[in-house]
Amino acid sequence: MDWIFVAFIVFSTIAILGSLMVVLQKTPVSSAFSLVLVFFSFSGLYALLGAHFIAALQILVYTGAIMVLFVFVIMLLGQDQPTSDLKDSSLLFKGITLLGAIGLLNVLLQAALSSKDIVGKGVYTEEKINEMGGNLKSISEVLFKDYVFHFELVSFLILGAIVATVALAKRKNSLSGGVS
Amino acid sequence: MFLKIGIVLVGLLSVTPIMLFVERRGSALLQNRLGPNRFGPQGLLQSVLDVLKFIFKEDRAPGHVNKFYFSLAPLVVVVPALMTFAVIPFAGNDFIIANLDVGILYCFSIASLGVYGIIMAGWASNNKYSLLGSLRSSAQMISYELTLGLSIVGLIMIFQSVKLGDMVSAQGETLFSIGGIDVPKWGIFLQPVGFILFLVSSFAETNRLPFDLPEGEAELIAGYHLEYGSMRFALFMLAEFVSMTVASALLSTLFFGGWQYLPGFSWIAHLFSDGNIAVTYLVSTLLHGISFVIKIASFMWFFVWVRWTLPRFRFDQLMNFGWKVLLPLALLNVFVTGLLIYLGVL
Repeated sequence: MDWIFVAFIVFSTIAILGSLMVVLQKTPVSSAFSLVLVFFSFSGLYALLGAHFIAALQILVYTGAIMVLFVFVIMLLGQDQPTSDLKDSSLLFKGITLLGAIGLLNVLLQAALSSKDIVGKGVYTEEKINEMGGNLKSISEVLFKDYVFHFELVSFLILGAIVATVALAKRKNSLSGGVS
Repeated sequence: MFLKIGIVLVGLLSVTPIMLFVERRGSALLQNRLGPNRFGPQGLLQSVLDVLKFIFKEDRAPGHVNKFYFSLAPLVVVVPALMTFAVIPFAGNDFIIANLDVGILYCFSIASLGVYGIIMAGWASNNKYSLLGSLRSSAQMISYELTLGLSIVGLIMIFQSVKLGDMVSAQGETLFSIGGIDVPKWGIFLQPVGFILFLVSSFAETNRLPFDLPEGEAELIAGYHLEYGSMRFALFMLAEFVSMTVASALLSTLFFGGWQYLPGFSWIAHLFSDGNIAVTYLVSTLLHGISFVIKIASFMWFFVWVRWTLPRFRFDQLMNFGWKVLLPLALLNVFVTGLLIYLGVL
């Protein structure tokens, strides 16, 4: 058997089990740790597809920065309260949850089954990327030459979000009269 | 492949007992004490005794901890620390475990996983001091990772590559020569500010003094590894020394020419280049390796030196220093480097 196939089986199994653990575990911190595992195995899957740059970024950004902040916030805000149990909730809530889950599953299945016809194979095959001089080079060529305006626009959007957050946080403080 | 992995793993694991000795005797030297000097010549065998003690000590977990995460945490700290060395060429560009396309980004991404071990340890210990230690650590790691990443952007712009092998090869060229002495094109001469930023933030990333607030014993007893004993504690120690080694290796690779010869080594290599290709290759590889090890060792000594010289920062000082001094400096460095490249100076 091909070792890439074995690695694919290992990483996808970890990803699926990890996602189940995210939902099923009682304490929020354990869920967050399971989500880290899921992200890590995603990056393994990306690396198997030959997208090393995306794999590195997946770990660097999602696993290394965003999830650390998640865990950080969970720990700061009362860490050991178990998440609410479905058994205690009302019948209406259970029904809505079930419908939502089935709808989401349906969307995912439809997307997975029909993606071959809609998306097809892109321009950037593995040969093309190698010809352009590797993942990193081809991404940066596209990002900083062809789409540099869009890229800068997105950075402005993020800057706006940061400014808005700071403004909101400041206003709350001045209302309550406390210092952070 | 397996030979290279073997060399790197044995090297990284044997660093710990050596550094235990250097740290003890070095601290004694700096503080005008004797240090442990009884067992073996100059106390060299003291580390062996320490390792034996760690192995034979009872491995017990306190009753109030979360057993699963408590046992997992030391592993999560050690494994990423050992994995980061994979993309660093250690004796010529043939001697690299994985010549990845993403090069140094791999180092940073794997190194950023190490913080989970510390968070896990602090949380699973179910102890307020441990939790405070791990909270401090996650805040500190995130803050200084930014500076660490930004400080090498200038180098990447100059060398036009993120592969460490390419960077080291480029550093073999001559920058300029004064009176017959060739000054090599090492990163430190091209990016002096980048070097200082990288050095300072690697101290923070490895949790060494003056940035060892996650364990700060004066306030937090021992921080995140307060509840740990025997081999589990030893694993935390191992991880600290290994990440120190990786930081030193990165510092020498990025800024001091990596496996490039130290001054004088090319003369020794010239003595053995008598036409036999195999011998020449062997000798040059060996000399490259020795140069790299000497560079790493001097940075390790620098880590020890700083630890026993500077006092610990306060936490607000640490955060202010990271966000208000280092980060703007790193951004300025990127801007100035870009400007110099645009003007054709670099």
